[in-house]
Amino acid sequence: MSTLTLDAEALYTELRAGVQQLWRPGMALMGVWSGGAWLAERLAADLAGTLAVGKPGVISSTLHRDDFSARGMASGTDATRIPYAVDGAHILLLDDVLFTGRTIRAVLNELYDFGRPASVTLAVLVDRGGRELPIQPAYAAAKISLPAGQKLALSRTDDGRFTFAIQEGSA
Amino acid sequence: MLHRRNPQLNRHGELIHLLSIEGLPRDVLTHILDTAGTFLSVNDREVKKVPLLRGKSVFNLFFENSTRTRTTFEIAAKRLSADVINLDIAKSSASKGESLLDTIANLSAMHADMFVVRHSESGAPYLIAQHCAPHVHVVNAGDGRHAHPTQGLLDMYTIRHFKQDFTKLSVAIVGDIVHSRVARSDIHALTTLGVPDIRAVGPKTLVPGDLRDMGVRVCHSMAEGIRDADVIIMLRLQNERMSGAMLPSAGEFFKNYGLTADKLALARPDAIVMHPGPINRGVEIESSVADGARSVILPQVTFGIAVRMAVMSIIAGNEA
Repeated sequence: MSTLTLDAEALYTELRAGVQQLWRPGMALMGVWSGGAWLAERLAADLAGTLAVGKPGVISSTLHRDDFSARGMASGTDATRIPYAVDGAHILLLDDVLFTGRTIRAVLNELYDFGRPASVTLAVLVDRGGRELPIQPAYAAAKISLPAGQKLALSRTDDGRFTFAIQEGSA
Repeated sequence: MLHRRNPQLNRHGELIHLLSIEGLPRDVLTHILDTAGTFLSVNDREVKKVPLLRGKSVFNLFFENSTRTRTTFEIAAKRLSADVINLDIAKSSASKGESLLDTIANLSAMHADMFVVRHSESGAPYLIAQHCAPHVHVVNAGDGRHAHPTQGLLDMYTIRHFKQDFTKLSVAIVGDIVHSRVARSDIHALTTLGVPDIRAVGPKTLVPGDLRDMGVRVCHSMAEGIRDADVIIMLRLQNERMSGAMLPSAGEFFKNYGLTADKLALARPDAIVMHPGPINRGVEIESSVADGARSVILPQVTFGIAVRMAVMSIIAGNEA
Protein backbone atom coordinates (compact mmCIF):
# COMPACT_ATOMS: atom_id res chain seq x y z
CA MET A 1 0.00 0.00 0.00
CA SER A 2 1.27 3.37 -0.94
CA THR A 3 0.74 6.18 1.51
CA LEU A 4 1.80 8.79 -0.99
CA THR A 5 -0.82 11.37 -1.69
CA LEU A 6 -0.51 13.99 -4.35
CA ASP A 7 -2.64 17.10 -4.24
CA ALA A 8 -3.17 17.65 -7.97
CA GLU A 9 -4.83 21.03 -7.44
CA ALA A 10 -1.90 22.37 -5.41
CA LEU A 11 0.51 21.04 -8.03
CA TYR A 12 -1.52 22.72 -10.76
CA THR A 13 -1.10 26.07 -8.97
CA GLU A 14 2.67 25.47 -8.91
CA LEU A 15 2.66 24.51 -12.58
CA ARG A 16 0.76 27.66 -13.47
CA ALA A 17 3.42 29.76 -11.76
CA GLY A 18 6.15 27.74 -13.50
CA VAL A 19 4.53 28.23 -16.89
CA GLN A 20 4.36 31.99 -16.28
CA GLN A 21 8.12 31.91 -15.67
CA LEU A 22 8.77 29.92 -18.85
CA TRP A 23 6.41 31.97 -20.99
CA ARG A 24 7.86 34.07 -23.79
CA PRO A 25 5.76 36.27 -26.08
CA GLY A 26 4.59 34.37 -29.16
CA MET A 27 4.57 30.96 -27.49
CA ALA A 28 1.80 28.47 -28.18
CA LEU A 29 0.41 25.90 -25.75
CA MET A 30 0.21 22.22 -26.66
CA GLY A 31 -1.16 19.51 -24.36
CA VAL A 32 -0.40 15.82 -24.62
CA TRP A 33 -3.67 13.89 -24.78
CA SER A 34 -5.40 13.45 -22.39
CA GLY A 35 -4.00 14.80 -19.07
CA GLY A 36 -1.69 17.34 -20.69
CA ALA A 37 -4.54 18.56 -22.90
CA TRP A 38 -6.65 19.24 -19.78
CA LEU A 39 -3.76 21.19 -18.26
CA ALA A 40 -3.24 23.23 -21.43
CA GLU A 41 -6.94 23.96 -21.67
CA ARG A 42 -7.14 25.18 -18.07
CA LEU A 43 -3.89 27.16 -18.30
CA ALA A 44 -5.14 28.89 -21.44
CA ALA A 45 -8.29 29.95 -19.56
CA ASP A 46 -6.50 30.92 -16.32
CA LEU A 47 -3.67 32.86 -17.98
CA ALA A 48 -5.77 34.58 -20.64
CA GLY A 49 -6.07 37.70 -18.47
CA THR A 50 -2.32 38.14 -17.95
CA LEU A 51 -0.65 36.57 -20.99
CA ALA A 52 -1.48 36.49 -24.69
CA VAL A 53 -2.32 32.79 -24.69
CA GLY A 54 -4.06 31.47 -27.79
CA LYS A 55 -6.18 28.38 -28.19
CA PRO A 56 -4.05 25.39 -27.16
CA GLY A 57 -3.31 22.43 -29.40
CA VAL A 58 -3.88 18.80 -28.47
CA ILE A 59 -1.33 16.20 -29.50
CA SER A 60 -1.64 12.44 -29.41
CA SER A 61 1.16 9.89 -29.28
CA THR A 62 -1.01 7.09 -30.74
CA LEU A 63 0.32 7.10 -34.30
CA HIS A 64 3.99 7.16 -33.27
CA ARG A 65 4.06 4.86 -30.25
CA ASP A 66 6.97 2.43 -30.13
CA ASP A 67 4.91 -0.24 -28.36
CA PHE A 68 2.29 -0.39 -31.13
CA SER A 69 3.10 -3.98 -32.09
CA ALA A 70 2.60 -5.08 -28.48
CA ARG A 71 -0.37 -2.90 -27.56
CA GLY A 72 -2.20 -2.41 -30.84
CA MET A 73 -4.42 0.50 -31.74
CA ALA A 74 -5.95 1.95 -28.61
CA SER A 75 -9.59 2.79 -28.83
CA GLY A 76 -10.48 6.36 -28.19
CA THR A 77 -10.75 9.66 -29.91
CA ASP A 78 -7.36 11.08 -29.05
CA ALA A 79 -6.73 12.74 -32.38
CA THR A 80 -4.18 15.51 -32.72
CA ARG A 81 -5.75 18.92 -33.24
CA ILE A 82 -3.44 21.89 -33.75
CA PRO A 83 -5.20 25.23 -34.28
CA TYR A 84 -2.02 27.09 -35.30
CA ALA A 85 0.85 26.66 -37.74
CA VAL A 86 3.63 24.48 -36.32
CA ASP A 87 6.29 25.82 -38.70
CA GLY A 88 8.38 28.33 -36.80
CA ALA A 89 6.27 28.15 -33.62
CA HIS A 90 7.70 28.25 -30.09
CA ILE A 91 5.73 25.48 -28.43
CA LEU A 92 5.19 25.00 -24.72
CA LEU A 93 4.38 21.32 -24.39
CA LEU A 94 2.45 20.14 -21.33
CA ASP A 95 1.97 16.70 -19.87
CA ASP A 96 0.64 15.41 -16.58
CA VAL A 97 3.23 12.75 -15.74
CA LEU A 98 6.72 12.34 -17.19
CA PHE A 99 8.06 8.81 -16.80
CA THR A 100 10.13 6.89 -19.39
CA GLY A 101 10.09 9.75 -21.92
CA ARG A 102 8.68 7.49 -24.65
CA THR A 103 5.40 9.35 -24.93
CA ILE A 104 7.24 12.66 -25.39
CA ARG A 105 9.47 11.07 -28.05
CA ALA A 106 6.35 9.89 -29.92
CA VAL A 107 4.66 13.26 -29.51
CA LEU A 108 7.70 15.09 -30.93
CA ASN A 109 7.57 12.84 -33.99
CA GLU A 110 3.87 13.54 -34.32
CA LEU A 111 4.54 17.27 -34.05
CA TYR A 112 7.08 17.14 -36.86
CA ASP A 113 4.44 15.63 -39.17
CA PHE A 114 2.84 19.07 -39.08
CA GLY A 115 5.93 21.18 -39.59
CA ARG A 116 9.18 22.34 -38.04
CA PRO A 117 8.73 24.19 -34.75
CA ALA A 118 11.29 26.84 -33.80
CA SER A 119 11.50 25.39 -30.28
CA VAL A 120 9.71 23.00 -27.93
CA THR A 121 9.77 23.49 -24.15
CA LEU A 122 8.39 20.80 -21.84
CA ALA A 123 6.56 21.48 -18.57
CA VAL A 124 4.96 18.71 -16.51
CA LEU A 125 2.91 18.36 -13.37
CA VAL A 126 4.88 15.40 -12.00
CA ASP A 127 8.28 13.99 -12.93
CA ARG A 128 8.31 10.48 -11.55
CA GLY A 129 11.82 9.55 -12.72
CA GLY A 130 12.56 6.27 -14.51
CA ARG A 131 13.65 7.87 -17.78
CA GLU A 132 14.63 5.56 -20.62
CA LEU A 133 15.37 8.31 -23.14
CA PRO A 134 17.37 11.56 -22.87
CA ILE A 135 14.34 13.82 -22.32
CA GLN A 136 14.16 16.40 -19.51
CA PRO A 137 11.46 18.89 -18.63
CA ALA A 138 12.19 22.59 -18.31
CA TYR A 139 9.76 22.64 -15.39
CA ALA A 140 8.18 20.01 -13.13
CA ALA A 141 5.82 20.99 -10.31
CA ALA A 142 6.89 17.88 -8.35
CA LYS A 143 9.59 15.24 -8.52
CA ILE A 144 8.71 11.91 -6.96
CA SER A 145 9.89 8.35 -7.09
CA LEU A 146 7.48 5.49 -7.70
CA PRO A 147 8.01 1.74 -8.20
CA ALA A 148 7.99 0.96 -11.93
CA GLY A 149 4.85 -1.15 -11.67
CA GLN A 150 2.72 1.67 -10.29
CA LYS A 151 0.71 3.86 -12.58
CA LEU A 152 0.08 7.49 -11.79
CA ALA A 153 -2.95 8.90 -13.59
CA LEU A 154 -4.47 12.35 -13.60
CA SER A 155 -8.24 12.60 -13.77
CA ARG A 156 -10.57 15.52 -14.12
CA THR A 157 -13.83 15.81 -12.26
CA ASP A 158 -17.01 17.14 -13.84
CA ASP A 159 -16.38 20.59 -12.36
CA GLY A 160 -12.88 20.71 -13.90
CA ARG A 161 -10.81 19.93 -10.78
CA PHE A 162 -7.78 17.64 -10.98
CA THR A 163 -7.08 14.56 -8.87
CA PHE A 164 -4.29 11.99 -8.94
CA ALA A 165 -4.81 8.27 -8.59
CA ILE A 166 -2.05 5.71 -8.05
CA GLN A 167 -2.88 2.33 -9.53
CA GLU A 168 -1.02 -0.88 -8.85
CA GLY A 169 -0.24 -2.27 -12.28
CA SER A 170 1.57 -5.31 -13.54
CA ALA A 171 5.14 -4.15 -14.05
CA MET B 1 -23.20 -26.14 -27.08
CA LEU B 2 -20.18 -26.04 -29.31
CA HIS B 3 -19.13 -22.54 -30.29
CA ARG B 4 -16.84 -22.06 -33.22
CA ARG B 5 -14.92 -18.88 -32.74
CA ASN B 6 -15.22 -16.25 -35.45
CA PRO B 7 -11.92 -16.73 -37.34
CA GLN B 8 -11.55 -12.95 -37.60
CA LEU B 9 -11.25 -12.48 -33.85
CA ASN B 10 -8.61 -13.66 -31.38
CA ARG B 11 -9.50 -15.09 -27.98
CA HIS B 12 -9.77 -11.57 -26.54
CA GLY B 13 -12.36 -10.66 -29.19
CA GLU B 14 -9.88 -8.43 -31.04
CA LEU B 15 -9.81 -8.20 -34.82
CA ILE B 16 -6.91 -10.11 -36.41
CA HIS B 17 -8.27 -10.51 -39.96
CA LEU B 18 -11.04 -8.68 -41.77
CA LEU B 19 -12.89 -11.27 -43.81
CA SER B 20 -16.54 -10.30 -43.52
CA ILE B 21 -18.67 -7.85 -41.57
CA GLU B 22 -21.07 -10.67 -40.77
CA GLY B 23 -20.59 -11.76 -37.17
CA LEU B 24 -18.51 -8.77 -36.07
CA PRO B 25 -19.85 -7.12 -32.93
CA ARG B 26 -20.91 -3.49 -32.97
CA ASP B 27 -18.01 -2.31 -30.81
CA VAL B 28 -15.48 -3.71 -33.30
CA LEU B 29 -17.20 -1.84 -36.15
CA THR B 30 -17.38 1.35 -34.10
CA HIS B 31 -13.70 1.07 -33.16
CA ILE B 32 -12.80 0.84 -36.86
CA LEU B 33 -14.94 3.89 -37.71
CA ASP B 34 -13.49 5.92 -34.80
CA THR B 35 -9.94 5.00 -35.80
CA ALA B 36 -10.68 5.95 -39.42
CA GLY B 37 -11.66 9.38 -38.14
CA THR B 38 -8.17 9.76 -36.67
CA PHE B 39 -6.56 8.78 -39.97
CA LEU B 40 -8.72 11.09 -42.04
CA SER B 41 -6.87 14.06 -40.53
CA VAL B 42 -3.50 12.55 -41.51
CA ASN B 43 -4.33 13.63 -45.08
CA ASP B 44 -4.24 17.27 -43.94
CA ARG B 45 -0.71 17.07 -42.55
CA GLU B 46 2.42 18.20 -44.21
CA VAL B 47 3.72 14.64 -43.80
CA LYS B 48 0.85 12.40 -44.92
CA LYS B 49 2.39 9.31 -43.44
CA VAL B 50 2.49 7.64 -40.03
CA PRO B 51 4.92 4.91 -39.03
CA LEU B 52 2.52 2.28 -37.62
CA LEU B 53 3.36 -0.39 -40.22
CA ARG B 54 6.99 0.58 -40.74
CA GLY B 55 9.01 -2.49 -41.64
CA LYS B 56 5.92 -4.55 -42.48
CA SER B 57 5.25 -5.99 -45.92
CA VAL B 58 1.74 -5.84 -47.30
CA PHE B 59 1.07 -8.04 -50.31
CA ASN B 60 -1.84 -7.05 -52.53
CA LEU B 61 -3.05 -10.32 -54.03
CA PHE B 62 -5.57 -9.56 -56.72
CA PHE B 63 -6.73 -12.78 -58.32
CA GLU B 64 -9.44 -10.66 -59.91
CA ASN B 65 -8.69 -7.28 -61.44
CA SER B 66 -9.63 -4.09 -59.69
CA THR B 67 -7.32 -1.17 -60.22
CA ARG B 68 -9.31 1.17 -58.01
CA THR B 69 -9.61 -1.02 -54.92
CA ARG B 70 -6.00 -2.16 -55.23
CA THR B 71 -4.86 1.45 -55.48
CA THR B 72 -6.78 2.53 -52.37
CA PHE B 73 -5.27 -0.34 -50.39
CA GLU B 74 -1.84 0.56 -51.73
CA ILE B 75 -2.22 4.20 -50.73
CA ALA B 76 -3.56 3.23 -47.30
CA ALA B 77 -0.66 0.83 -46.65
CA LYS B 78 1.90 3.38 -47.85
CA ARG B 79 0.44 6.10 -45.61
CA LEU B 80 1.01 3.64 -42.75
CA SER B 81 4.66 3.32 -43.94
CA ALA B 82 4.34 -0.33 -44.99
CA ASP B 83 6.21 -1.77 -47.96
CA VAL B 84 3.61 -2.70 -50.55
CA ILE B 85 4.02 -5.45 -53.10
CA ASN B 86 1.36 -5.69 -55.80
CA LEU B 87 0.91 -9.08 -57.38
CA ASP B 88 -1.28 -9.42 -60.38
CA ILE B 89 -1.89 -13.08 -59.73
CA ALA B 90 -4.42 -13.42 -62.52
CA LYS B 91 -1.51 -13.06 -64.93
CA SER B 92 1.15 -15.05 -63.08
CA SER B 93 1.45 -18.19 -60.97
CA ALA B 94 -2.22 -19.13 -60.95
CA SER B 95 -2.19 -19.24 -64.72
CA LYS B 96 0.78 -21.62 -64.51
CA GLY B 97 -1.27 -23.98 -62.37
CA GLU B 98 -0.02 -23.17 -58.85
CA SER B 99 -2.64 -23.73 -56.17
CA LEU B 100 -3.83 -20.86 -53.99
CA LEU B 101 -2.24 -22.29 -50.84
CA ASP B 102 1.08 -22.92 -52.60
CA THR B 103 1.09 -19.30 -53.72
CA ILE B 104 0.45 -18.21 -50.13
CA ALA B 105 3.15 -20.53 -48.76
CA ASN B 106 5.66 -19.04 -51.20
CA LEU B 107 4.77 -15.47 -50.37
CA SER B 108 4.89 -16.27 -46.65
CA ALA B 109 8.43 -17.55 -47.20
CA MET B 110 9.16 -14.02 -48.47
CA HIS B 111 8.12 -12.76 -45.01
CA ALA B 112 4.77 -11.23 -45.80
CA ASP B 113 3.00 -9.63 -42.84
CA MET B 114 -0.35 -8.96 -44.44
CA PHE B 115 -2.29 -10.20 -47.43
CA VAL B 116 -4.96 -8.06 -49.06
CA VAL B 117 -6.92 -10.54 -51.13
CA ARG B 118 -9.41 -10.18 -53.92
CA HIS B 119 -10.70 -13.39 -55.43
CA SER B 120 -13.60 -14.44 -57.63
CA GLU B 121 -14.28 -17.43 -55.36
CA SER B 122 -16.31 -16.73 -52.25
CA GLY B 123 -14.38 -17.83 -49.17
CA ALA B 124 -10.87 -17.67 -50.65
CA PRO B 125 -9.67 -15.15 -48.00
CA TYR B 126 -10.98 -17.48 -45.25
CA LEU B 127 -8.94 -20.33 -46.67
CA ILE B 128 -5.83 -18.13 -46.69
CA ALA B 129 -6.47 -16.89 -43.13
CA GLN B 130 -6.77 -20.47 -41.92
CA HIS B 131 -3.49 -21.54 -43.48
CA CYS B 132 -1.17 -18.60 -42.94
CA ALA B 133 1.31 -18.18 -40.09
CA PRO B 134 -0.06 -16.70 -36.81
CA HIS B 135 1.66 -13.33 -37.32
CA VAL B 136 0.15 -12.88 -40.79
CA HIS B 137 -3.06 -10.90 -41.22
CA VAL B 138 -5.59 -11.13 -44.04
CA VAL B 139 -7.92 -8.46 -45.41
CA ASN B 140 -10.69 -9.46 -47.77
CA ALA B 141 -10.81 -6.96 -50.64
CA GLY B 142 -13.81 -8.71 -52.21
CA ASP B 143 -14.51 -12.42 -52.63
CA GLY B 144 -16.99 -13.63 -55.24
CA ARG B 145 -20.52 -12.62 -54.38
CA HIS B 146 -19.81 -13.05 -50.69
CA ALA B 147 -18.33 -9.95 -49.04
CA HIS B 148 -16.46 -6.69 -49.54
CA PRO B 149 -16.03 -5.64 -45.93
CA THR B 150 -13.86 -2.53 -46.38
CA GLN B 151 -16.39 -1.12 -48.85
CA GLY B 152 -19.14 -1.86 -46.33
CA LEU B 153 -17.15 -0.08 -43.62
CA LEU B 154 -16.40 2.97 -45.74
CA ASP B 155 -20.09 3.16 -46.59
CA MET B 156 -20.85 3.13 -42.85
CA TYR B 157 -18.22 5.79 -42.24
CA THR B 158 -19.83 7.94 -44.96
CA ILE B 159 -23.31 7.48 -43.51
CA ARG B 160 -22.12 8.29 -40.01
CA HIS B 161 -20.24 11.34 -41.26
CA PHE B 162 -23.33 12.82 -42.92
CA LYS B 163 -26.14 11.41 -40.76
CA GLN B 164 -24.49 10.81 -37.33
CA ASP B 165 -27.09 8.48 -35.76
CA PHE B 166 -27.72 5.09 -37.38
CA THR B 167 -30.75 4.26 -35.27
CA LYS B 168 -33.18 6.63 -36.99
CA LEU B 169 -32.32 5.99 -40.63
CA SER B 170 -34.04 4.55 -43.67
CA VAL B 171 -31.47 3.20 -46.09
CA ALA B 172 -32.33 2.04 -49.62
CA ILE B 173 -29.91 -0.17 -51.53
CA VAL B 174 -30.83 -0.11 -55.21
CA GLY B 175 -29.93 -2.27 -58.17
CA ASP B 176 -28.08 -5.47 -58.78
CA ILE B 177 -28.18 -6.89 -55.30
CA VAL B 178 -27.94 -10.57 -56.18
CA HIS B 179 -24.43 -10.17 -57.61
CA SER B 180 -23.32 -7.59 -55.08
CA ARG B 181 -20.93 -8.41 -52.27
CA VAL B 182 -21.09 -4.70 -51.42
CA ALA B 183 -24.83 -4.97 -50.76
CA ARG B 184 -24.32 -8.01 -48.53
CA SER B 185 -21.59 -6.28 -46.51
CA ASP B 186 -23.66 -3.10 -46.25
CA ILE B 187 -26.72 -5.00 -45.02
CA HIS B 188 -24.73 -6.81 -42.31
CA ALA B 189 -23.10 -3.57 -41.19
CA LEU B 190 -26.32 -1.53 -41.21
CA THR B 191 -28.08 -4.24 -39.20
CA THR B 192 -25.27 -4.47 -36.64
CA LEU B 193 -25.14 -0.69 -36.26
CA GLY B 194 -28.86 -0.55 -35.55
CA VAL B 195 -30.44 0.87 -38.73
CA PRO B 196 -34.16 0.12 -38.33
CA ASP B 197 -35.25 0.36 -41.99
CA ILE B 198 -33.16 -1.27 -44.72
CA ARG B 199 -34.70 -1.67 -48.17
CA ALA B 200 -33.41 -3.76 -51.06
CA VAL B 201 -34.75 -2.27 -54.29
CA GLY B 202 -34.64 -3.76 -57.78
CA PRO B 203 -36.24 -6.19 -60.24
CA LYS B 204 -37.12 -9.72 -59.08
CA THR B 205 -34.23 -11.17 -61.07
CA LEU B 206 -31.67 -9.01 -59.22
CA VAL B 207 -33.30 -8.74 -55.78
CA PRO B 208 -34.05 -12.23 -54.48
CA GLY B 209 -36.86 -12.68 -51.97
CA ASP B 210 -34.60 -14.56 -49.52
CA LEU B 211 -33.01 -11.21 -48.65
CA ARG B 212 -35.95 -10.87 -46.28
CA ASP B 213 -34.15 -13.40 -44.08
CA MET B 214 -31.41 -10.80 -43.59
CA GLY B 215 -33.98 -8.44 -42.10
CA VAL B 216 -34.44 -6.16 -45.09
CA ARG B 217 -37.57 -5.00 -46.86
CA VAL B 218 -37.64 -6.17 -50.47
CA CYS B 219 -39.12 -3.59 -52.88
CA HIS B 220 -39.58 -4.22 -56.57
CA SER B 221 -40.95 -0.72 -57.07
CA MET B 222 -38.38 2.08 -57.14
CA ALA B 223 -40.89 4.65 -55.90
CA GLU B 224 -41.79 2.54 -52.88
CA GLY B 225 -38.14 1.70 -52.27
CA ILE B 226 -36.70 5.19 -52.09
CA ARG B 227 -39.66 7.11 -50.69
CA ASP B 228 -38.52 9.05 -47.58
CA ALA B 229 -35.13 7.34 -47.57
CA ASP B 230 -32.28 9.15 -45.77
CA VAL B 231 -29.59 7.27 -47.66
CA ILE B 232 -29.66 5.80 -51.17
CA ILE B 233 -26.90 3.39 -52.08
CA MET B 234 -26.85 2.75 -55.83
CA LEU B 235 -25.07 -0.37 -57.06
CA ARG B 236 -23.33 -0.91 -60.34
CA LEU B 237 -24.99 -3.16 -62.85
CA GLN B 238 -22.44 -5.96 -63.00
CA ASN B 239 -22.55 -7.01 -66.61
CA GLU B 240 -19.45 -9.17 -66.18
CA ARG B 241 -21.13 -11.29 -63.53
CA MET B 242 -24.42 -11.82 -65.30
CA SER B 243 -24.95 -15.08 -67.04
CA GLY B 244 -28.03 -15.37 -69.20
CA ALA B 245 -30.75 -12.82 -69.59
CA MET B 246 -31.52 -11.42 -66.16
CA LEU B 247 -32.50 -8.09 -67.64
CA PRO B 248 -34.26 -7.13 -70.82
CA SER B 249 -31.78 -4.28 -71.45
CA ALA B 250 -29.75 -1.60 -69.72
CA GLY B 251 -32.18 1.01 -71.07
CA GLU B 252 -35.11 -0.81 -69.53
CA PHE B 253 -33.25 -1.02 -66.22
CA PHE B 254 -32.49 2.71 -66.23
CA LYS B 255 -36.13 3.51 -66.95
CA ASN B 256 -37.32 1.54 -63.91
CA TYR B 257 -34.46 1.68 -61.41
CA GLY B 258 -31.98 4.29 -62.61
CA LEU B 259 -31.66 7.16 -60.14
CA THR B 260 -32.88 10.36 -61.78
CA ALA B 261 -33.55 13.77 -60.26
CA ASP B 262 -37.30 13.02 -60.48
CA LYS B 263 -36.99 9.78 -58.52
CA LEU B 264 -34.58 11.34 -56.02
CA ALA B 265 -37.30 13.87 -55.20
CA LEU B 266 -39.21 11.03 -53.51
CA ALA B 267 -36.48 10.59 -50.90
CA ARG B 268 -35.99 12.93 -47.96
CA PRO B 269 -34.85 16.42 -48.99
CA ASP B 270 -31.51 15.89 -47.21
CA ALA B 271 -30.99 12.34 -48.49
CA ILE B 272 -27.47 11.44 -49.58
CA VAL B 273 -26.67 9.40 -52.70
CA MET B 274 -23.87 6.86 -52.53
CA HIS B 275 -22.28 4.52 -55.06
CA PRO B 276 -19.30 2.17 -54.62
CA GLY B 277 -18.02 3.00 -58.12
CA PRO B 278 -17.24 2.73 -60.87
CA ILE B 279 -20.47 4.40 -61.91
CA ASN B 280 -22.23 3.69 -65.18
CA ARG B 281 -23.75 7.02 -66.09
CA GLY B 282 -27.14 6.59 -67.70
CA VAL B 283 -27.37 2.94 -66.61
CA GLU B 284 -27.96 3.04 -62.87
CA ILE B 285 -27.55 6.75 -62.19
CA GLU B 286 -28.23 9.95 -64.11
CA SER B 287 -25.21 12.27 -64.53
CA SER B 288 -27.00 15.21 -62.90
CA VAL B 289 -27.56 13.08 -59.77
CA ALA B 290 -24.06 11.58 -59.72
CA ASP B 291 -22.58 15.09 -59.92
CA GLY B 292 -25.32 16.77 -57.87
CA ALA B 293 -25.30 18.36 -54.45
CA ARG B 294 -26.66 15.24 -52.71
CA SER B 295 -24.01 12.94 -54.16
CA VAL B 296 -21.32 11.85 -51.69
CA ILE B 297 -19.63 9.47 -54.12
CA LEU B 298 -16.26 11.27 -54.07
CA PRO B 299 -16.19 11.70 -50.26
CA GLN B 300 -16.71 7.92 -50.14
CA VAL B 301 -13.44 7.48 -52.02
CA THR B 302 -11.57 9.77 -49.60
CA PHE B 303 -13.06 8.05 -46.57
CA GLY B 304 -12.16 4.69 -48.11
CA ILE B 305 -8.44 5.36 -47.66
CA ALA B 306 -8.87 6.29 -43.98
CA VAL B 307 -11.07 3.24 -43.33
CA ARG B 308 -8.51 0.92 -44.95
CA MET B 309 -5.73 2.52 -42.88
CA ALA B 310 -7.85 1.89 -39.79
CA VAL B 311 -8.48 -1.76 -40.66
CA MET B 312 -4.84 -2.49 -41.47
CA SER B 313 -3.48 -0.75 -38.37
CA ILE B 314 -5.98 -2.41 -36.06
CA ILE B 315 -5.41 -5.96 -37.29
CA ALA B 316 -1.63 -5.49 -37.45
CA GLY B 317 -1.62 -4.44 -33.79
CA ASN B 318 -3.49 -7.55 -32.58
CA GLU B 319 -1.97 -10.98 -32.11
CA ALA B 320 -3.62 -14.21 -33.18
